[in-house]
Amino acid sequence: MAAATATRFCQQLSSVSDMSPDWTTKEVSTGTTIMAVEYEGGVVIGADSRTTTGAYIANRVTDKLTPIHDRIFCCRSGSAADTQAIADIVTYQLGFHSIELDEAPLVQTAANLFKASCYRYREELMAGIIVAGWDKRRGGQVYTVPVGGMLVRQPVSVGGSGSTYIYGFMDSNYKPNMTKEQCLHLVSGALSLAMERDGSSGGVIRLAAISESGVERQVILGNQLPKWSTA
Amino acid sequence: MERHYMDSKIKGVSTGTTILAVTFNGGVIIGSDSRASMGGNYVCSKTINKLIQVHDRIFCCIAGSLADAQAVTKTAKFQISLHSIQMESPPLVKAAASVMKELCYNNKEELQAGFITAGWDKKKGPQVYTVALGGMLLSLPFTIGGSGSTYIYGYTDAKYKPDMSREECLQFATNALALAMGRDNVSGGVAHLVVITEGGVEHVVIPGDKLPKFHDE
Repeated sequence: MAAATATRFCQQLSSVSDMSPDWTTKEVSTGTTIMAVEYEGGVVIGADSRTTTGAYIANRVTDKLTPIHDRIFCCRSGSAADTQAIADIVTYQLGFHSIELDEAPLVQTAANLFKASCYRYREELMAGIIVAGWDKRRGGQVYTVPVGGMLVRQPVSVGGSGSTYIYGFMDSNYKPNMTKEQCLHLVSGALSLAMERDGSSGGVIRLAAISESGVERQVILGNQLPKWSTA
Repeated sequence: MERHYMDSKIKGVSTGTTILAVTFNGGVIIGSDSRASMGGNYVCSKTINKLIQVHDRIFCCIAGSLADAQAVTKTAKFQISLHSIQMESPPLVKAAASVMKELCYNNKEELQAGFITAGWDKKKGPQVYTVALGGMLLSLPFTIGGSGSTYIYGYTDAKYKPDMSREECLQFATNALALAMGRDNVSGGVAHLVVITEGGVEHVVIPGDKLPKFHDE
C-alpha cells in the first residue's frame, strides 16, 4: 500500500517496473484454490500448492493446510503474510483455551477466533480462510471466513482465486451424505480443474482427512492429477 | 484497500451474462440466459434474447455492452447476407465469425462486447467460434462466455465429451446454464437454447422454475 501512494504523488523519470521484474514490488499472495467438504464422521480438506509474488512462483510446494489443533485445520487463501500471522495467533488462543477447558476445543470456537481477528482488522487484512475439523459435539464441520470477516457454516466450501471456476462443478457434483472416498475424489477433481484454469493455482494437490481417529494427509503430484477429456 | 471486481465495468445496459455453444454429433447447440442488467443491481429485462440469427444456419450470442452488441450484430447480419448473395451459396460459419472479428478488432477501442458464433455449413459441419473482447478469433469444440462463465469452467471441462448425442448435449448445456445462473447475480431468467443441424433450427426455452436443481436448492 505504501508503494502505491508513493508512485501516485511523485513524478518519476522511469517507473520501477521498467528497471526490475515485477516480483520485487508485488506482495506475496496465495492466489489459490482451497476446498473443504463435510462427510459423516469427519471432513476432507484440500488445497493447491502455489504461492506467487506477482508473476514469480515463490513457492511451488506450499502447504496451505495449517493445523490449528489436533483435529482442527485451516485452509489459507489471500495474503500469505496475513494468513500466517492470523493462524499463529489463533493457534495460540485456541491452545490456551483448550488447556483451560481441559478438553479438545470445538471447531466452532476455532472458527469464531478466526472471525474475531479477520473482522476486527478487516481494513488491514486480505485473508480468506476455511476452518474445518472434527469435534465430539457436532462431528465434522466446515466454517468459512471469507475476506471481510463473515462466518458461516457450510457442508461444502471453496475459496481463493481459483474457486470461481469450480462453483458449477461443486454444485453439480456434491451430494449430502457422501463417504470419505467420494469426498476425496470430489476435492481432488475440483482442485485439478481449478488449477488447470487459474494461473495463480497450481503445483501439487495437498489433501487431509480429519476424523475422530486422527488426520490422514496425502499429496497428489502433478503427473498423477485427475485428467479430463479437454486437457 | 483494493477490492476485486469480477464484472467488467460497462456503462449503460450490460448483458452480464452466461453464453455457451457446444458441438455434438451432427450439429451445434448455442445457449444463453435472458437477463439484461444495469450496474449489477437492476435487472432491465428478464426476458431478453441474446441469440441472434445472422443467417439460416448461423447464430451469434452476445456478451458485454448490449448497445455495442446490437450494433455489431446488425452490421454483421447485413454484411453476411450480402456476402451470401454474392457467393450464391449459404455462408460458411467461419465467414460469419470473421465478419464479427473484423468489426471487433477494427473498433477495439470503442467496443466492449464479446461474441460466440456457432452454426452449421456444408463444408465443415457444426462449428463454434469465439470472438473475444479485443478481436481474437478462435475455433473450439465448445466454448463458454460472459460473466457467469467463470463459475462453470470446472463443470464444462469435466463434463464435456466429444461426439455427444443431441440429448446428452442438450442436458450438458442446460445444466451448465443452470449452474452459472445459480451463482452469477447478473445471469438469470430463462434458458434459451437453439439446436442447429443440417436439417434446421430448433428453439428450446426452459423457464426458470423448470431448470435442473442442485443439492442446496
